[in-house]
Amino acid sequence: MAKEIKPSEEQLSYAALLDIGMKLGLIGIVITFAIYVFGIFSPYLPVEDLPQYWKLNVHKYLEVTRIQSGWAWITLLHKGDFLNFLPIAFLSALSIICYIRILPIFLKKKESIYAFLALLQVLILLLAASGILKVGGH
Amino acid sequence: MRWLLRTFSMVALLLLFTCVISMAAETTPQVMEGGSSFPWWAWPLLLFIVTFILGIIAVLGGVGGGVLFVPIVGGFFPFNLDFVRGAGLLVALSGALAAGPGLLRRGLADLRLTIPLALIASTSAIFGAMIGLSLPKNVVNTLLGLTILGIVVIMLTAKKSEYPEVKKADALSRALKIYGIYYEPTTGKEVEWKVHRTPIALLLFVVIGIMAGMFGLGAGWANVPVLNLLMGVPLKVAVSTSKFLLSITDTSAAWIYLNSGAIIPMIVVPSIVGIMLGSIVGVRVLAVAKPKVIRWVVIGLLAFSGLRALLKGLGIWT
Repeated sequence: MAKEIKPSEEQLSYAALLDIGMKLGLIGIVITFAIYVFGIFSPYLPVEDLPQYWKLNVHKYLEVTRIQSGWAWITLLHKGDFLNFLPIAFLSALSIICYIRILPIFLKKKESIYAFLALLQVLILLLAASGILKVGGH
Repeated sequence: MRWLLRTFSMVALLLLFTCVISMAAETTPQVMEGGSSFPWWAWPLLLFIVTFILGIIAVLGGVGGGVLFVPIVGGFFPFNLDFVRGAGLLVALSGALAAGPGLLRRGLADLRLTIPLALIASTSAIFGAMIGLSLPKNVVNTLLGLTILGIVVIMLTAKKSEYPEVKKADALSRALKIYGIYYEPTTGKEVEWKVHRTPIALLLFVVIGIMAGMFGLGAGWANVPVLNLLMGVPLKVAVSTSKFLLSITDTSAAWIYLNSGAIIPMIVVPSIVGIMLGSIVGVRVLAVAKPKVIRWVVIGLLAFSGLRALLKGLGIWT
């Protein structure tokens, strides 16, 4: 008979939020991709032209397609291909949301080191997500 | 009889995989030169089939999907390595996010152990991603090839320790309260664990983070030996914590690729769905598969694709 060993409150809270978010994100990926391939929203790049673009390096790709880097994809969400960025970005933001969720738990438990580390992690991930650190290409 | 059936299944799987890979390799020049002789949809479809098989093999071989995805798709598909690495990171990230809740709830992945390591690894992964996207393609291919061949050596030589002995926890891990307990159903016992050599591990996670971001590989192949052999984390907790850790390390690098434009949904989505479905099938096949045979299949695939990336980078096999 398995003995009940309960993980910490913050660990369970993190798991619960991650579980919901991960399922939403993966369902979102499938739905937006279906919208894309069935042509419900017209894509920014015609699908039949993709083989011309995916062989280019990212610098050349952005130049030829005139796609802006950073968060510019937000303005193109009405395009079938860019709609897929929504669940992808959501999945990429999920860890940030989970860390924000456990931050007050650490503070409540007076675990100041972990509260500081969690806050630092949120800031690092937000910096990565901000678009300030994008690479122009080579 | 059962042995024969298993061997047959493995050979069939390998043949199917080789067939698809050869098809991809043979048809690449048509697209690159003509642009229209091979329909555009064939590539995402082929990618889905290959990643589905990779998903099965990854589970059976006990490796993450990302480590197989980048060298194989990068080596045999017409996609630029920038987009393959972006997709590889998202494949590894999705797998880690999907596994995370279960591992955390069962107490196999440990949040306290993860938080300091993830902070170091995710910060380094940002720099890794920026370096990777700034370097010329041939340099990245050469370094990727060398890294993959290095992983093969690690897989061939690294030992694993089910329950490593940690006589005394180090001061840093004591200050951070990194210790734990989990229930081991195979022995019916509770396993208590603590860690040592935490400062050295943190330094190594700088390197691991850079490599994860640079090559989009995921980093389970490096996380597990550091957690298990260096820090003394029991193997089950090391493997689970490594998987969960990837969800944070790969998040930072994924954002750099996303913001730099290195994401093409037509490459990313079939890969994520293929690997996920393959993993589900892989878990079922795991019950009847022969782990030793699969381990050799994984090592063989990695060695071959690593060599391909290296020779591509050096301009010998383009």
